[in-house]
Amino acid sequence: MALIKIALAGEGGQGVQSVAEIIAEAAYNEKKQTIYIPNFGLEQRGGVSIAFIQVSDTRIGAPKFNKADAVLALSERAIARTAAYSDENTLFVYDSSFKINPDELPKKVKHIIGLPAIDTANNELHPRVFNIIIMGAVIGLTNVVKFETAKEALEHKLGYKFESNPELRTLNFKALEIGKELAVKSLREGVFNHA
Amino acid sequence: MQKVIGETKKAFLTGNEAIAWGCLAAEADMMFGYPITPQNEIMHYWTRLAPKYGKEFLQTEDEISAGFTVCGAIQSGIKAFTATAGPGNVLMQEPFGMAEGMRLPFFAIIQQRGGPSSGTVIYSQQEVSLTCYGGNGEGHRIVYSTATHQELYDYTIKGFNTAWKYRFPTYLLGDGYQAKMREPLEMYEPSERGIDIIKPYPLLGLEGHIGTDREPQHLRNIYSMEEELYDVVLKNDADYNSVRQEITEYSEFNCENAEVIIISHGVVSRAAEDAVKVLRAQGIKAGSFRPITLRPFPREQLLAVLEKSNAKKLLITESALGQLERIVKYEIYGQTLPIETLFMPGVGIIDYDIIQKIKSII
Amino acid sequence: MVAPATPKSWYLPSKPHKFCPGCGHGIVLKALGETIDELDIQDKTIFGCDIGCSLLSWDFLACDSTQTHHGRTTPVMVGIKRARPQLITIGYMGDGGGYSIGSQHLLNAAVRNEKVTLILVNNTNYGMTGGQMAPTTLPGQKTETTPYGRDPEKTGYPTKGPEFLSELTPDGAYVARATVSKYKQLRRFLRNALRNQIEGNGFSFLEVLSTCPTNWRTNAQQTWHFLEDEMEQFFTVGEFKTPFGKGDK
Repeated sequence: MALIKIALAGEGGQGVQSVAEIIAEAAYNEKKQTIYIPNFGLEQRGGVSIAFIQVSDTRIGAPKFNKADAVLALSERAIARTAAYSDENTLFVYDSSFKINPDELPKKVKHIIGLPAIDTANNELHPRVFNIIIMGAVIGLTNVVKFETAKEALEHKLGYKFESNPELRTLNFKALEIGKELAVKSLREGVFNHA
Repeated sequence: MQKVIGETKKAFLTGNEAIAWGCLAAEADMMFGYPITPQNEIMHYWTRLAPKYGKEFLQTEDEISAGFTVCGAIQSGIKAFTATAGPGNVLMQEPFGMAEGMRLPFFAIIQQRGGPSSGTVIYSQQEVSLTCYGGNGEGHRIVYSTATHQELYDYTIKGFNTAWKYRFPTYLLGDGYQAKMREPLEMYEPSERGIDIIKPYPLLGLEGHIGTDREPQHLRNIYSMEEELYDVVLKNDADYNSVRQEITEYSEFNCENAEVIIISHGVVSRAAEDAVKVLRAQGIKAGSFRPITLRPFPREQLLAVLEKSNAKKLLITESALGQLERIVKYEIYGQTLPIETLFMPGVGIIDYDIIQKIKSII
Repeated sequence: MVAPATPKSWYLPSKPHKFCPGCGHGIVLKALGETIDELDIQDKTIFGCDIGCSLLSWDFLACDSTQTHHGRTTPVMVGIKRARPQLITIGYMGDGGGYSIGSQHLLNAAVRNEKVTLILVNNTNYGMTGGQMAPTTLPGQKTETTPYGRDPEKTGYPTKGPEFLSELTPDGAYVARATVSKYKQLRRFLRNALRNQIEGNGFSFLEVLSTCPTNWRTNAQQTWHFLEDEMEQFFTVGEFKTPFGKGDK
């Protein structure tokens, strides 16, 4: 497996860093080389928070990168903040519910993908699993880790919550599945919003 | 001694967590600390782990106090340490000076953040001058600049031993990236690798009755005469120079026949090595030289590498505006090959940046 | 003539001591030496001195001793005590080291009830550096940096350490102010300040009003007058907080 670089960006409190940590943990469990670095600027107390993940079969160099294979912008202002990480090889994902001007989307990308993650979370699942839908989407877009390992890592991270509330487990796993399907469907059917 | 790690095991940790485990494996007794990003999690992990192993922690009123409590604790014979960053490193130069002046085995972890002033809490390599040469002394210090989580663990263990063996203040110089990122590493009991942990011993509060069994210890920090201080400084310098070679560490990568050699340290050296691989694949003969000890600097080793290579140019690159460059230029004084620079103060450097720079200078 | 008794815990090779004629440090250190002897703690005492005139005590006692930077004696003593609680740690400092540059350490050590004994010698000026204004300089007092007298409008009023430390500390702490003019009381307060650490009750602090004829530019009579009639009027002598009975006012 070649080096895969992912940038996840959202508002503080959206769970961006948690998702990145679970993905990195899953990759590590698959015996892959992994680096996860949080953008831990003042953003952790409000503002846009970015997580940088790199996964590879061989040793990874610098912890940061300038262009990602996949960028997921989870808030409107995260789009501007992460545009710099895109180039002609990048899948750029944002939530289709954002009210934005097409001009605000990055120009130089492989595909721009609008995913209905927020609507799906709010209408079909629960607002709190929005970030898990995104995690599923990351896997669907990049195959950075196997779906099963992602589930295990999720269980490892949130197991203590699932213990007292087993419905939460079902909800999270469902969100992960839906997120992956949304991404795969979008790639397969070419449902891109070309800017 | 209670085993901390047990069987050698793989782990996927943040750098700060790896350091906390390294401190336990090095048989450290007590941490004194004051909160500052990006070293906080060293304290967080230490305070969680310490009670399980009979270790202690004190959160002091500031970094000055953290440093001086470490000095006192060391003088009384326990393996104490601290960790800091940025403006905290500035404040801690005062107790570091006491450690340097009194030859205390002071081990500290520095996780560099952006500067000057409060700068950023994120990352930089801008605390090189301060850590190597800070204080009102002569820089009789030992500074390990790490690049991987494995090294954070290894050099934490080694750093305590170096401090207690040579009695010079010893630093693990990391950075915010290394502190916060997660990366795999292997943790082990030092004894499994044939590493003997040096035991601490007291300078004060010794055994025996004063006057009959022994004389009192009077540890001095200030001298009345110029000549007294002069003798102390020259002795420290002679001691430092006599052990310089055995402390010095470096690594080189593809320097044979290299026409351009990249000099970098710490986490930037990872990007430098990746850049060398890419450049070599494109037929450009590049090599990488990395001082692991910034103090003492591997001067003879770098000169030997320049000698054996085919270097026509050097590229010094760092996440600072020439702090490593000043050291390198001083150390290789007399060499005439041109030196190019790629300075990105407070900003991470990736292989792409270095590759572009090399292509622009050859 | 019979020579005055020398405390067993004095280090004789460093005598005669290095303080100026008429300086109160010799009286404080004599009382401290006698108290260490009386409590039989010489072998386990760690004496730490600050920078300022107190630094001249670095080899005064035949106890293990250490020196540090100006104002930093408190954290060094805290480090030693935290590392080896069975040792008896005595921090020795002046008013500048304790109340000015080291005040954050003093204040926080008191709040944490650190089980150290700190002795702060108050002579109302920075003696070692040539007689500048100290936190304890009295209103109107002339120093090198207040040549027309200390003006409280510009530089505030003198720091009253025991008063604020007794408010900051929890039960178990011992806080007092003595004076070199009342030797028996000074000995009693020193005994209490050390006993309190030996018993592990809490933080122990003793300020001692002292003399500095060199920088005050006073003769013997004027020196004693300034101590007894000026300083002791402004700074209340007595025990402000003690686990031992009602305290000596």
